Amino acid sequence: MKALVISRSPARFLTARILKDRLTDKAIESGPLSLKDVDTPKPPTTEWVRVRPLLSGICGSDISTVFFQSSRYFEALTSLPFTPGHEIVGERLDRPGERVVVEPALTCAIRGLEPCRFCALGQTQLCESTTIGDLKEGIQLGYCASTGGGWSNEFIAHERALHVIPDELSLEDAVMVEPLACAVHVSLRPTRRQGHLAIIGAGTVGLATLAASTRLGDYDSITVVAKHPLQRQFAKELGASTVLYPDELLGAARRLHASQRVGHYVSNGFDTVIDAVGSTSSIESAIATVRPGGEVIVAGMPPRQSLDLAPLWHREIQLKGAYAYGEEDLDPAVAQRIGLPLQVGQRPRTFTIALHLAGQLQLGRLVTHRYRLGEYVPALRKAYHGGREDAIKVVFDLTKRKSVHDA
Amino acid sequence: MPRPGFVLEVDRATPPTLFWHGESFRLERLPRGSRILYPPEPLNAIEDVRGAIEAALDHPVGEAQPLSSLLNPNMSLTIAFDDVSLPLPQMTAPDIRSLVIEAVLERAAEAGVTDVVLIAALALHRRMTESELRHALGNRVYNALAPRGQLTQHDAEDKQNMTVVGETDRGELVELNRRAVESDLLVYVNINLVSMDGGHKSVATGLASYDSIKFHHNVDTMVHSRSFMDRHNSELHSSNWRMGHVIKDAGVKIFQIETTLNTATFPESFRFLSRREWEWNLRDRASFIAASEALKKTPPHLARQIFQSVRSPYGVTGITAGEVEAVHERTLERVYQQQLVRVDGQSDILTLGLPFIGPYNVNSIMNPILVYCLGLGYLFNMYRNKPLVRKGGVVILSHPTRPEFDPAFHPSYVDFFDQVLTETTDPLVIESKYEESFARDPWYIHLYRTGNAYHGVHPFYMWYWGAHALDHLGGVIILGGDPKATRRLGFQSASTMADALEMARSIVGSDPSITHLHSPPLVMADVY
Repeated sequence: MKALVISRSPARFLTARILKDRLTDKAIESGPLSLKDVDTPKPPTTEWVRVRPLLSGICGSDISTVFFQSSRYFEALTSLPFTPGHEIVGERLDRPGERVVVEPALTCAIRGLEPCRFCALGQTQLCESTTIGDLKEGIQLGYCASTGGGWSNEFIAHERALHVIPDELSLEDAVMVEPLACAVHVSLRPTRRQGHLAIIGAGTVGLATLAASTRLGDYDSITVVAKHPLQRQFAKELGASTVLYPDELLGAARRLHASQRVGHYVSNGFDTVIDAVGSTSSIESAIATVRPGGEVIVAGMPPRQSLDLAPLWHREIQLKGAYAYGEEDLDPAVAQRIGLPLQVGQRPRTFTIALHLAGQLQLGRLVTHRYRLGEYVPALRKAYHGGREDAIKVVFDLTKRKSVHDA
Repeated sequence: MPRPGFVLEVDRATPPTLFWHGESFRLERLPRGSRILYPPEPLNAIEDVRGAIEAALDHPVGEAQPLSSLLNPNMSLTIAFDDVSLPLPQMTAPDIRSLVIEAVLERAAEAGVTDVVLIAALALHRRMTESELRHALGNRVYNALAPRGQLTQHDAEDKQNMTVVGETDRGELVELNRRAVESDLLVYVNINLVSMDGGHKSVATGLASYDSIKFHHNVDTMVHSRSFMDRHNSELHSSNWRMGHVIKDAGVKIFQIETTLNTATFPESFRFLSRREWEWNLRDRASFIAASEALKKTPPHLARQIFQSVRSPYGVTGITAGEVEAVHERTLERVYQQQLVRVDGQSDILTLGLPFIGPYNVNSIMNPILVYCLGLGYLFNMYRNKPLVRKGGVVILSHPTRPEFDPAFHPSYVDFFDQVLTETTDPLVIESKYEESFARDPWYIHLYRTGNAYHGVHPFYMWYWGAHALDHLGGVIILGGDPKATRRLGFQSASTMADALEMARSIVGSDPSITHLHSPPLVMADVY
């Protein structure tokens, strides 16, 4: 079958990194990703099923991998060669017509292991077993050589990782469930979900986090930093109180409490800042604009970088990561507000919340571009340039393929 | 004999017209039939300025006594003076204020007055720097008074040094500088560059608090000031006049000294800026080409420094002292004599070349909000009777309109541009939703009081200054303006005059009448 595969080739990785800005197409063509004929992955146990992707999104982390921008931290947590793609809505091959979204985390339960101490607590995003068990190394489906991924005509998934979607949910809304689950988790990371929130970045993560925060938080205001026209338009549509350009955030932080500003220092600021970019400037901007004692949530996957952490130290700011999904402490009042049935003491799965909100938020509108697998060069270029080219979520559309050999 | 201003109709032989464009110029060919309003030549200046000052102090107008008879050893004397926003550009030394204040101080010394304080009448403007004060007052006055704490700058936020004088019959609060109103005599020394300046506005605004100024610096007042350069048809002035009567009735004794300047705005090296294009000789053409070419290669910040160092060789055309209203009527006569030009009929399109300087960016950057204010506030309102452009017409402003701000002088402007204009450009919404929070912002107040920052509310006033134009016009186009900044202001940008006119035609029709206000030097249209 046809699949896009990332292979182990240091020269290709380096070529992609060097050429990515000036010769993006060449970087993709000469990089580690290529369209190949591969065998369908073999299910390790009978609990695994074959899934045919219908839409499969291109995530920021995929882009980082293709252009060799991601931190080397992940090298040990992936197994090459692998087929990327973890934002997937597909169809079970053993139950034709049953549409599913995939919860791609390869945790203890998926790997056939007894739960580690984190999985036992429902914090599956912190799972310790991403390199052992029935599968090769990989934090998620789409980074693991054993499972395949969504950028292909077929992959395998554990039955427990599949969530059946209702008929009324569009494919576009469904392919956004995984990013929405990430956003739900990000939105629930702040200790106090009140006061003034700022979200830096209005790509998929930023916009989905904005949408989730409007439902799961009780903020006085949500300020979004967005550079590009379409991003700004979506930010307004999805409920931002204010939409700013990056250089306007410091002034906005100062104005919140009429605080002091000397140079790049403001004496007060947002209660919480969510960084949905992951760059040096965005993280530093988050630290500069959050109030003393406030929280900065890092939601965008950051590469290796050099940061000025003096303000973090001086203002006793908490810097918190927010990765993927598990179980959440959801306030019953919030659950009631969003109409999610919850039993006393129940900690819902992040994916359950995301599936519940998917129909309400209709984030399928963020799917701006579709490509066939064989069009992976323009698809990745479009995703890499993102907002600059009016792209938010770029997806591979596999609905029209006639056989597994089509691309 | 200086020639009066006039209206030129563009024909085939008309050379390209000089447009100011910030710190540079453009030569534009206007369509045949367009009108160009040229300013009158500078009136003859008084040769013996010191003698004229002495005469004015000795022969005051209105119900007023000569200055010397008002002075005695036991009195407190306060001399307030116009700040750095006048004149534009700053005049070559000696500044007329320094000559007048020296004369007043000499008389005070002769009378044995020791309790003398000078106050820069800032209203909500920024504090002047030492070099600006030295230029306005002269080194002699500065060195005599500043070290002893007798030279102060009005602080509208110093509540302990403000006092409520009363209220007008319309409930307008009059809250003024305590030292000024509690003195036995307040001498106000003004420069009346345009007809908006002076009169009761000098004290009622220049020495007032925000709580007082807000009664006339608001959208409603500005929309009903047609124009605010025409004191008898200006609600801004009516309010100040009502306040002036309250001040007078409260027993505050004011000795008003108003001065007028001619329009000798540019030094000899920039002579071509004051001459009509078809009269440019070889030297003017060479100067223009040299200046234009040099400016093209000069980074904006350097060009700004060069232009901000220009000193105007203004000549003094009159000095009048005495009772406020009587003085001001004579002042207005002289201002109109210098600047007023009769124009028959309005046009569909008005073009304006905006220079590098306005009242609020002396020694600083003309940010986009000040561009707006200079174009739609000051220059649009340089009319009497009717605006130069018809209702629903279009104004084309020529200026680069870069999104640059001076963080020390204009801190609240940055936030106004980033946070207010992104939400709305509607003056009424801006006023009701945002003004109070900016005006009361303690950080802006701190910077106004201790640094050189305009008050937090000041960018709002700039926006209100253009409210009449916004209400009147069908469109505004900024020629050569930064597209992003221009959009933020709510306007369109065009890269060429042809494009700008084409865009304007889509609003006013295919065969528009066009008028260009060839200014500066300053000119005011008397439109019939």
